[in-house]
Amino acid sequence: MRAPYIVVCVKQVPDSAQIRVHPVTGTIMRQGVPAVLNPYDLFALEEALQIKDRLGGRIVALCMGPPQAEAVLRKALSLGVDDAVLVSDRAFAGSDTLATSFALASAIRRIGQEQPVDLVFTGKQTIDGDTGQVGPGVAKRLGMQLLSYVCRIPILDMDTRSIVVHRWTEKGLQVLQSRLPCLITVLEGVSEGRFASLPEMIRAARQPIRIWDRQAAGIEDLTKIGLKGSPTVVGKVFAPSRRAERAECIGWDASQPGEAAARLWEKILARQPEMAGKISSDHGGENGQKGVSS
Amino acid sequence: MSEAGGKPVEKKGTGRRKAALDPRLAEYRGVWVFVERDDQGVHPVAWELVGAARALADQLGSEVGAVVAGGTVESLDSDSREAVAYGADRVYQVAHPVLAGYRNEPYAKLLCELVKKHKPEILLLGATSLGRDLASSVATTLETGLTADCTELAIDRESRALAATRPTFGGNLLCTILTLNYRPQMATVRPRVLPQPKKDHGRSGQIQKEEIDLSEEEVVTKLLEFLPHVGGDQVDLSLAEVIVAGGKGLQRGANFSLLEDLARTLGGEVGATRAAVQAGWVDAQRQIGQTGKTVRPKLYIAAGVSGAIQHRVGMEGSDLIVAINTDPNAPIFEVAHYGIVGDALTLLPLLTRTVRGQAVAERTTPLGACGLP
Repeated sequence: MRAPYIVVCVKQVPDSAQIRVHPVTGTIMRQGVPAVLNPYDLFALEEALQIKDRLGGRIVALCMGPPQAEAVLRKALSLGVDDAVLVSDRAFAGSDTLATSFALASAIRRIGQEQPVDLVFTGKQTIDGDTGQVGPGVAKRLGMQLLSYVCRIPILDMDTRSIVVHRWTEKGLQVLQSRLPCLITVLEGVSEGRFASLPEMIRAARQPIRIWDRQAAGIEDLTKIGLKGSPTVVGKVFAPSRRAERAECIGWDASQPGEAAARLWEKILARQPEMAGKISSDHGGENGQKGVSS
Repeated sequence: MSEAGGKPVEKKGTGRRKAALDPRLAEYRGVWVFVERDDQGVHPVAWELVGAARALADQLGSEVGAVVAGGTVESLDSDSREAVAYGADRVYQVAHPVLAGYRNEPYAKLLCELVKKHKPEILLLGATSLGRDLASSVATTLETGLTADCTELAIDRESRALAATRPTFGGNLLCTILTLNYRPQMATVRPRVLPQPKKDHGRSGQIQKEEIDLSEEEVVTKLLEFLPHVGGDQVDLSLAEVIVAGGKGLQRGANFSLLEDLARTLGGEVGATRAAVQAGWVDAQRQIGQTGKTVRPKLYIAAGVSGAIQHRVGMEGSDLIVAINTDPNAPIFEVAHYGIVGDALTLLPLLTRTVRGQAVAERTTPLGACGLP
């Protein structure tokens, strides 16, 4: 049995939870916003590492970005990835998802020259772009089977090169059987991530990272990358409009909270009279809906 | 922000934006919707998209096309007629066993072939697990522009291109994305951000049968089984008519029972902010906002919710928004219609009691058959 050869695509993103918009100018305030490994990619890394724990093999982490994106590859190395490739070239600037998928697919083809790639993992989306389009795009460009929103991989058989996954959908899970090579986008929360051990962190800090420019990544056609290779253009960026008037505030006396509630309900009914028809007087929880707090 | 799906148009100069469309692209006409469906029916986002496509096509002076596909002919006819009733002029109907149950390969092949044959100018899909999977593959094969997870669609007057607006930077900003010199222009749109159009069974439209040349042997990936999410712990907030949502202001997970009481009384569902989900108080499927669900219920009660922009983008389309928060400056009061400055932990039980009291009162009146099944 040949051990699996796996590529995990990762991205460095600004921590969107910390991004603030300037209240007056409506522009993004980037100062001091830290760059992090896209959180969804951690689940892709974990899934790949679990396969390596079981079956052995090798994992290469692949990232496209500016030179400082090396930091997220170090993070991947510290978690147990064997090798890291950073694809970095000014020619990639301005790439949209179509151009990005072209560059990543080219790099994966290059990685596959050493040994054919069996599996490519990506997160389900990034937190800055939130598109979820790059993984499926890479699969299409490589002619790999696409298995998106995967939450479990019950079977991976390297002898028959077959794989069974659970693919999440809004209504349930699809149990799909496919054949390697394939690209899997991993759903969040499928596993507890692991922490890097100190020796691993030291190893990761010392290990060389391969940095490929456009030529090294095997990209000849300049019309497929960067601005030229991107069909979409941003027309305008603007702050969401606010409603003209604020909420009508219902004043109340601290000693009469019941009255405040009654007044609020009156207002609701005035605007949405049909609410009266929806009321259930079910006082107990026995035959009501299930509790939701966990 | 390479993955945000574009780059500033200014960098290219305005020349390109005003340039005449390549004549080969000018023959692309019509606004298409891929109708997401299965044996149980059509995903509501498909009709929301047909409604939006109708408005775009009217502006462009072109047709609305709907692709309705499935494993067997049964139910395709009625779904096709529905598509017409919601606003489609032409339905491309495809029945083939390889299309039973969604799989990327046959559906991507089908949609690519239909696009190559009929050349629609715009192609819209729902931003669902299916729509995002399919749209990405189709856009890559056709090498055209795709804008994900849009919240608004319009036509750019200057270029006659689709102006697809979507949240970016974690919902802090909106950006409008254009696909200028590529066709079709593709977009996925979040369920529930567009209104459901009115159905008109008097409308007429053509239903046109199409074929796909593909055998099961050629399809690599097999659908072995479908495991439905188990009943009770699955909710679809996007379809709820009443949502009572809580945030960090509720202080403890146990206090969510106050929301449950009110939600149950109003026949609604409990929703939550990302912070409440991350604190482990509520299941992730109840999260509303940028990284959760988009909802537009008739009544949205936000209790102890500060109203960060990431939450607001998921609920501001609600008909009536009521906010209860101790902080009078909380941004939730900017989107709410009615607000009470006060502690949700005190006010929620009183509101529940008021509503229940009303139910009892209505039932005891002679005409009070109100609301009871």
